[in-house]
Amino acid sequence: MNRENTGSVAIGHLSAGKYMVGFGLAVLLTLLSFGLVVTGVLPKPWVIPVLSVAAFAQMLVHLHYFLHLDRSAGMRWNLVALAFTALLLFIFIMGTVWIMTTLNSRMM
Amino acid sequence: MSNEAYAEGEGQGPDVKAFGFWIYLMSDLVVFSVLFATFAVLGRNYAGGPGPKELFDLPYVFIETLLLLLSSVVYGIGMVAMQGGKTRAVLWTLGLTFFLGLGFVGMEFHEFRRLIMEGNGPDRSAFLSSFFTLVGTHGLHVSSGLLWMAVMIVQLFKKGPNSAVRSRLMRLGMFWHFLDIVWVGVFTYVYLVGLS
Repeated sequence: MNRENTGSVAIGHLSAGKYMVGFGLAVLLTLLSFGLVVTGVLPKPWVIPVLSVAAFAQMLVHLHYFLHLDRSAGMRWNLVALAFTALLLFIFIMGTVWIMTTLNSRMM
Repeated sequence: MSNEAYAEGEGQGPDVKAFGFWIYLMSDLVVFSVLFATFAVLGRNYAGGPGPKELFDLPYVFIETLLLLLSSVVYGIGMVAMQGGKTRAVLWTLGLTFFLGLGFVGMEFHEFRRLIMEGNGPDRSAFLSSFFTLVGTHGLHVSSGLLWMAVMIVQLFKKGPNSAVRSRLMRLGMFWHFLDIVWVGVFTYVYLVGLS
């Protein structure tokens, strides 16, 4: 493991500006998602994909602007851990949906 | 206490405690993922009862979302203040974060209570079972965070910003931001998709 600041941003490098930018982006993405649903402009098959992209983008905003996640040496292992967890999440969620959908169709 | 009282790892070496806490957050993500997966499977099983369109209110959820998001930003500003040695400002931002978070939990509790009292509790259908479990687990996490926050306000007040208090506040911040990330998933897949 790299010796410097692994695990978090050392106190000394935080700036209020980052939080404000993150807040702005997060609000925009939230308004986008809510707006699309309230106005009903999305065709049904587009709902989940489009909302997913907005949600994913907002999660990235939070991870970078609030949790200071980036590709620096100090955050590398946090990124690795997150990437591995994302793989697990993909398997658990998509795997569950796949199995249960298949099971459902086989029991019709 | 002066600002030079760095915690082990603050600007000097690896912050092992923060990394360890990050690993815990990853495991918590796994917990939430299986609750999301369960909701994905059961979220349309209404058992002849009400579904999202009958039960959910988007403006209400929007306000909850803003409360939680704001509380995250305020907490972040607090960490900037802590960096600048402004303990009084940190106390104020922690207090404000606490009230915003309390507002969120209060709104959620109110929603749950209404649902249960009208007969739409977690026992009504698989949709509602998985809804209450997923959203309720998130709410429990937020509530725990509020308890931790109250403790930290007292610690900061009584002990001052010593290295232990500062490093605990960093980890609480990580926890708090993480919960906001999970909430993005909740409002998207439970409420927004449900109402589309």
